[in-house]
Amino acid sequence: MSEKVEKKSVNVDDIYEDVSDWHINTGGIKIVAKRMAGRFRRLKWFGMTIWLVLFLGPYLRWNGSQAVLLDLPNRQFNFFNVTIYPQDIWMLSLTLLFFAILLAAVTSIAGRVFCGYFCFQTVWTDVYTYIEGKLEGDTPKKAMKFNSAPWSVNKIVRKVSKHSLWLLIAVLTGISFVAWFTEAYQLWRDLFHFEASLPAYLIIGAFTGGTYTFAGFMREQVCFWLCPYARLQGVMYDQDTILPSYDAERGEPRGRIKKGQHDDTKGSCVDCNVCVAVCPTGIDIRKGQQEGCITCGMCIDACDTIMEKTNQPKGLIRYASYKELHHNATPLALYKRPRVIIYSLILMIALSGVVYGFMNLSPTEFKVVHERQPLFVQLSDGTIQNKYTVKLLNKTKQTIKLNFTIEGIEGATLHGLSEMIVEPGKVIPVTALVRVPEQYMTSDLTPIVFKGSVESNDRITVRYKSMFMGPKK
Amino acid sequence: MADNKNNPGQVEDTGHEWDGIRELNNPCPRWWLNSLYLSGLLVIVYFVLYPSLPLVNESTKGLLGWTMINEYKEDLAKVEAKRAPFEDKLASMTVEQILADQEMLNYAIGSSKVLYGDNCAACHGTGGAPAAGAGYPNLTDDDWLFGGKPQEIMVSIAAGRQGMMTAHKDILKPEEVDQLVQFVVDSSNGVATEAGKALYMAKGCFACHGADAKGVKAMGSANLTDKIWRFSGEPEQIRHTILHGVNHVSDPLTRVAVMPAWNEKLAIMLEARANAIADGEDPNEIDWDDELDGTESERLTETEIKKLTVYVHQFGGGQ
Repeated sequence: MSEKVEKKSVNVDDIYEDVSDWHINTGGIKIVAKRMAGRFRRLKWFGMTIWLVLFLGPYLRWNGSQAVLLDLPNRQFNFFNVTIYPQDIWMLSLTLLFFAILLAAVTSIAGRVFCGYFCFQTVWTDVYTYIEGKLEGDTPKKAMKFNSAPWSVNKIVRKVSKHSLWLLIAVLTGISFVAWFTEAYQLWRDLFHFEASLPAYLIIGAFTGGTYTFAGFMREQVCFWLCPYARLQGVMYDQDTILPSYDAERGEPRGRIKKGQHDDTKGSCVDCNVCVAVCPTGIDIRKGQQEGCITCGMCIDACDTIMEKTNQPKGLIRYASYKELHHNATPLALYKRPRVIIYSLILMIALSGVVYGFMNLSPTEFKVVHERQPLFVQLSDGTIQNKYTVKLLNKTKQTIKLNFTIEGIEGATLHGLSEMIVEPGKVIPVTALVRVPEQYMTSDLTPIVFKGSVESNDRITVRYKSMFMGPKK
Repeated sequence: MADNKNNPGQVEDTGHEWDGIRELNNPCPRWWLNSLYLSGLLVIVYFVLYPSLPLVNESTKGLLGWTMINEYKEDLAKVEAKRAPFEDKLASMTVEQILADQEMLNYAIGSSKVLYGDNCAACHGTGGAPAAGAGYPNLTDDDWLFGGKPQEIMVSIAAGRQGMMTAHKDILKPEEVDQLVQFVVDSSNGVATEAGKALYMAKGCFACHGADAKGVKAMGSANLTDKIWRFSGEPEQIRHTILHGVNHVSDPLTRVAVMPAWNEKLAIMLEARANAIADGEDPNEIDWDDELDGTESERLTETEIKKLTVYVHQFGGGQ
């Protein structure tokens, strides 16, 4: 290779400087992050406890049945008193929109908060590494010593315990997930009798395998190489977004100090590497913002401890925006940031839609479908007859009997059935014939209203506006 | 291939370089290679389990014995199993009972759509209303040539129908035809004249259409006093019907109106039963060998005809 080419090649390799640490996150080296107490550690624990809802929620009872039951086979979602049918599924769309935008809004304000404190990958990995640390040593040195030691009863017992606990959590995760979609107590009974449905076993199996692999072995590799949200959230940052950042201006040039000495030529960073040691994804925050950072704040807790010990002000690593660090500017007020304004607006719209939906959940769904072929029929005495299919969906928990009438056209008469008995959760169609004598036909299209009331429940009234059709006038 | 001697610490490259960009020779990730080998293995598994290799006469069967047509038949059997309880119940019910039972009515309507579409819609239209001017009876109105009660509709479907009207081109004088056309139009509008009525009676029209001109169900003759036209209400078309008749064999211009029989055997049985009841006999004691000679066509089953009767009845004109 020529001299020139050689030089170029080196330049190209420089491009990869950014990713020089990637070998850590490709499975070659297992990260054993040191655990230190602090504000953000407490916040992380708090975020983690919210996930207890996943495990305990399905056992909550309400009026004798499961409080929250996503009953897919019967096409209905039960939330306490409310039952959601496919007709109301738009509320689910709005709910999903709400949470998607909430993710975006929070990310644009304070970075990957979801990743750092609440994401199941973070949470389950944290629990798994906690168990591993307790059993195999909680520092890289101890862990390496344990793993390179020859096999002994003690080592086997610890290894087996670790994997058993991991699997137990994984299986419980799977069962808890499935329990939201089927009667929870019945599920446990079925599982113990090996009578549960095939989908239940498959889903529990998939969750067990997934949890065990992702939280036990892949860990931060999932965030690096699998997760789309990790990439997605990165693009929502702007210069006002506050992120755990290393204050290089104050910290550099870094260097070790001797006890009781003070060196004016050096910055605040004592190069103790604790911030790297505590990082669950194995990055060095002092290199600046990078894709591996899940913004969990562990390095902030760690650095603050060191600052305290070396008698320096806290906050060498702190939540700070790019503007604050590089332009010494205070970040823009929230209400002045277009991103925040737009996200909030969408959040409000989605939320009010869902609230409106819940407030106005109709106990029935009443529809009148006009016959399309033929649109109208002339009877032997000249009367025009239209045929309608009247449909009622009963969303209440009782069987209801609906009587319906028509209004809006003079001389119109209703023939065929005018009452329907509908069981809970069922739709019943009946055929209704409306006749209008020729002399009352004033136009080829006349609005007609179907009105109905329920015998046993006078609070339920329904109405539907349809059209009555006749020959062209 | 360039080795790493020239650039220690760097990834091996293939020696190719364009504009300073080296083609690196990184090994494929282990998991990726394993996936590749595994998918290759799956191909073999597929070949063993499923029909795959085409041989001279037929392909290999595969260990599972799976075929597409079997899968279709299994699925069809599932649908039929689901329908079976309804079909069984339907077979034992009369049309009147089905019409009164909301659940069975909905089932009969739902399951007859295809049946009607395959056998009836070509003439009578998808929703029971044929295209204007096509010359087929409308099934959605309340005017029935042969009756709109469930049993009458059932007989019409089973036995078929063929009305008959004599061609009058050689019987009536042209001015008489003009007067009768006017009478028919006036009757429909309720303003028939005495003179018209007198001619109608004198020329023997009443023999088929009745003294009141309202038609006779037994013959399937049209009601001339209502607003519904069997063929057309245009004076020229009425004239054509009078001149050439309906189903008049010797007149090539005659109107053709034939409804095929869909189950002759059932038609005979229905008639025999009705006669037995009318004569005060037990319909269960009818000697079917005597009634049926074994040549009767059965294009549709009794249950299918029952379903179609329900379907037609609920079009909006059933009585």
